[in-house]
Amino acid sequence: MAERCGIVGIGQTKHDSKRLDVSMVGLVREAALRALEDAELTWKDIDAVVIGKAPDLFEGVMMPELYLADALGGAYKPMLRVHTAGSVGGSTGIVAASLVEAGVHDRVLAVAFEKQSESNAMWALSIAMPFSVATVAGAGGFFAPLIRGYMRRSGAPEDTGIRVAVKDRLNALKNPYAHLHMEDISFDLVAASPMLWDPVRYLETCPSSDGACAMVFASEKLAEQTQTPPAWVHATAMRSEPTMFSGRDQVMPQASLDNAKALYKQAGITNPRKEIDCAEMYVPFSWFEPMWCEGMLFAEPNEGWKMTYEGATALDGDLPVNMSGGVLSSNPIGASGLLRFAEAALQVRGQAGEHQVDGARKALGHAYGGGSQYFSTWIVSSDKP
Amino acid sequence: MSESEERKPVEVLRTPVVLDYTYSAGQSSSRHLRAFGKGKLLGQRCPVDGRVYFPSRGSCPQHGVPIEGEPVELPDRGTIVTYSVNRVPSENIDLELPYAAIQVLLDGADTILFHVLGESSIDDVHMGMRVEAVWKPEEEWDDSVANIRYFRPTGEPDTPFDQYKEHI
Amino acid sequence: MRDVAVVAFTQAKSVRAERDLNETEILIPVIHDIKRGAGLETKDIDFVCSGSSDYLAGQSFAFVSGLDAIGAWPPVSESHVEMDGAWALYEAWVKIQTGHADTALVYGFGKPSMGDLSRTLALQLDPYCVVPLWPDAVSVAALQARLCLEGGVLSEREMAEVAVRDRGKGKSNPYAQVTGDFDVDALLAEPTFVSPLRRHDCSPISDGASAMIIAAGDRARDLAERPAWIRGLEHIVEPQDLGIRDLTTSRSTQIAADRAAVGKDKIDVAEVCGPFTHQSILVERALGLGESVDVNPSGGALSAHPLMAAGLTRIGEASKRIWDGSADRAVAHATSGPCLQQNLVCVLEGA
Repeated sequence: MAERCGIVGIGQTKHDSKRLDVSMVGLVREAALRALEDAELTWKDIDAVVIGKAPDLFEGVMMPELYLADALGGAYKPMLRVHTAGSVGGSTGIVAASLVEAGVHDRVLAVAFEKQSESNAMWALSIAMPFSVATVAGAGGFFAPLIRGYMRRSGAPEDTGIRVAVKDRLNALKNPYAHLHMEDISFDLVAASPMLWDPVRYLETCPSSDGACAMVFASEKLAEQTQTPPAWVHATAMRSEPTMFSGRDQVMPQASLDNAKALYKQAGITNPRKEIDCAEMYVPFSWFEPMWCEGMLFAEPNEGWKMTYEGATALDGDLPVNMSGGVLSSNPIGASGLLRFAEAALQVRGQAGEHQVDGARKALGHAYGGGSQYFSTWIVSSDKP
Repeated sequence: MSESEERKPVEVLRTPVVLDYTYSAGQSSSRHLRAFGKGKLLGQRCPVDGRVYFPSRGSCPQHGVPIEGEPVELPDRGTIVTYSVNRVPSENIDLELPYAAIQVLLDGADTILFHVLGESSIDDVHMGMRVEAVWKPEEEWDDSVANIRYFRPTGEPDTPFDQYKEHI
Repeated sequence: MRDVAVVAFTQAKSVRAERDLNETEILIPVIHDIKRGAGLETKDIDFVCSGSSDYLAGQSFAFVSGLDAIGAWPPVSESHVEMDGAWALYEAWVKIQTGHADTALVYGFGKPSMGDLSRTLALQLDPYCVVPLWPDAVSVAALQARLCLEGGVLSEREMAEVAVRDRGKGKSNPYAQVTGDFDVDALLAEPTFVSPLRRHDCSPISDGASAMIIAAGDRARDLAERPAWIRGLEHIVEPQDLGIRDLTTSRSTQIAADRAAVGKDKIDVAEVCGPFTHQSILVERALGLGESVDVNPSGGALSAHPLMAAGLTRIGEASKRIWDGSADRAVAHATSGPCLQQNLVCVLEGA
């Protein structure tokens, strides 16, 4: 029943720890203008704008989309603001695509951003609540015990995470937009970096970035008219589950598995490892690569680490993961999900430059958030669904 | 002002934002916090599967039903299900670094409690370790989880992995 | 477009400051009641979408606790907007239009009593040039009212008449907060609060929550005897800068109303979300409501204004008039941002 939807424009900012050269407006416009340019469109061609970002406390602006509406060409148009924790960038792309799939609009601009340097994200994540004992320091403090759980369950070699960190930083060297460009990255450098939240080392952790990402979605007829062929949306899925309940599998949440099954069913994929050419997944701490390889059913339970270990997830492997350098190399939180989705689209449009996977025709974009409880994913392809 | 200074863009503007909030723990948490004030640990059973939630938030997140009925008193000892050793300073945490942030499964409870480990070298902390609460002196008690200063090892044999693995 | 209807609605009683319950506990019975009332379990609901604000709660990811309240198991297909629940309804309606869902649960919740709402809302303004001045939300609305009064667009008497009308009708609404019989002249004799606004011009600050179930086609007919069919659902945002838009009209409401074809046929009932009396008047005019329209039978936002749920509640209240047959065609409105910056219009019909 859904109309076909094509991605016709993709843009992102240079990601950096502090983009002092631009205001919040300047940051989002940098990404949006690049997406419009890529789509060979102007602001007036856009019917509606969808904005995504993580908690408002990260910039200190309440519902910043109201303030940004004009700058994003949203004046006197419909505008939606999505917020689904860390998966928000992905959800933003899905909501924008659904506006086209629903036949409501012909062209929609999606923009996701974070300008963490304008406030203090770690403070915003760790506000002390009365009557409680704060023991968890930031996202790393929350996820480290889960990673330990995975290590115990899978028996994965202890250097698996180090290998992921090196691979993603090497990929980032091929991506001019990436925040971290570590020419000297090596196994020894990561291994020697300090433990922050044991078992997570400093260099196994994502940076804190300012950045934005934008995409233009178009209905089938309009998408067919673009010079660069569009990336077609084949399937989208979102799943959420509560933060804590008795017997909840925090390491491999049911929401992740259900999400993957729903996504592949919609996309008509029966063997994801074979049928998907590359995957850009939300890996803020290195160990989440093997975990989400399982969570996305590329590997059997407790065997995801083998994909990392055997080089399957490297740029020249059989299922490259995080070709852009991933979240480990750039993390403007609210934009991080859309950046994953955008990288998948860049790959199938053949626009990924030095980090292009040869012949990529079908790609996965993946994001997760909260306490490993929000998941949003999509499959895009160079072929029409 | 020189010409170059005039042309220099304003890059940083400080706007201190101060907002005061009145926080309500809520009925369910209040019950459990008041129990803490008396040195007791109170859990509640989910009416659907009978599992003991500690602390209870008033509804079962899995079944979406209100959790009512008699509270279940729990002992102040349990098992470390998983943990991390934190070496990163955070404004909201008033603990000496490094410390072990632990997830404790109290004996008889079916959900985990976040706390910290004390009286132990951080090299000794491990999954399955048996721990017990060390309370503050009674005169310092408040209606707060912070009445437990930390958990410390009991020296009992470890809990086998199979007995707590479903709580990770 | 698929036919989609509102089939169930519940709300919490709005109160000035809920001391006993936290945000989630306000929501729990609302969600529980709507699911039980409709005879649906989590697994029967194809999509869930909610609206709330982290800044009201003073905490990042405050909306996550909503997942506990709904009993999100097995895992749900779910999304959240940092907007009034009315826009969560919009996202859910779009999802149903894609064909990937037939039923959706929508809710909005907020507990503004936790903080100083008028000051908190200042953080919606331009962070570089306006926020450092900390203009509170009532003062910003008062600037707009002043423009309307000085421009002869409306009068203080008309504003007071809105308060008398809404709070009078609100008496029959058990979920309302500030209701009663008032006299226009007596109200006008009161001193101003933030000039030119008087107390009666301002909606109350309310803690509250509301929830709705919508469904497509036959599923809607299964779930309701007389579904309230959504025949138009449109929303428009304006530039925020108070100096560059005409604050004496609500152009965005007008555009949305045109697109939703409000004027295509007779409207019986209108539920308008006007946080201030002058804003209610501007919206009613932008909607082009005739004399015969029963405006705000629920008492409107002036009787109860649970921020993040208030707009969704207007749509729920309008749906109730369709369900009980007292209206065949209704329009509901939601607003967000300073001086009616963003507006949503929903047209509901009984057939």
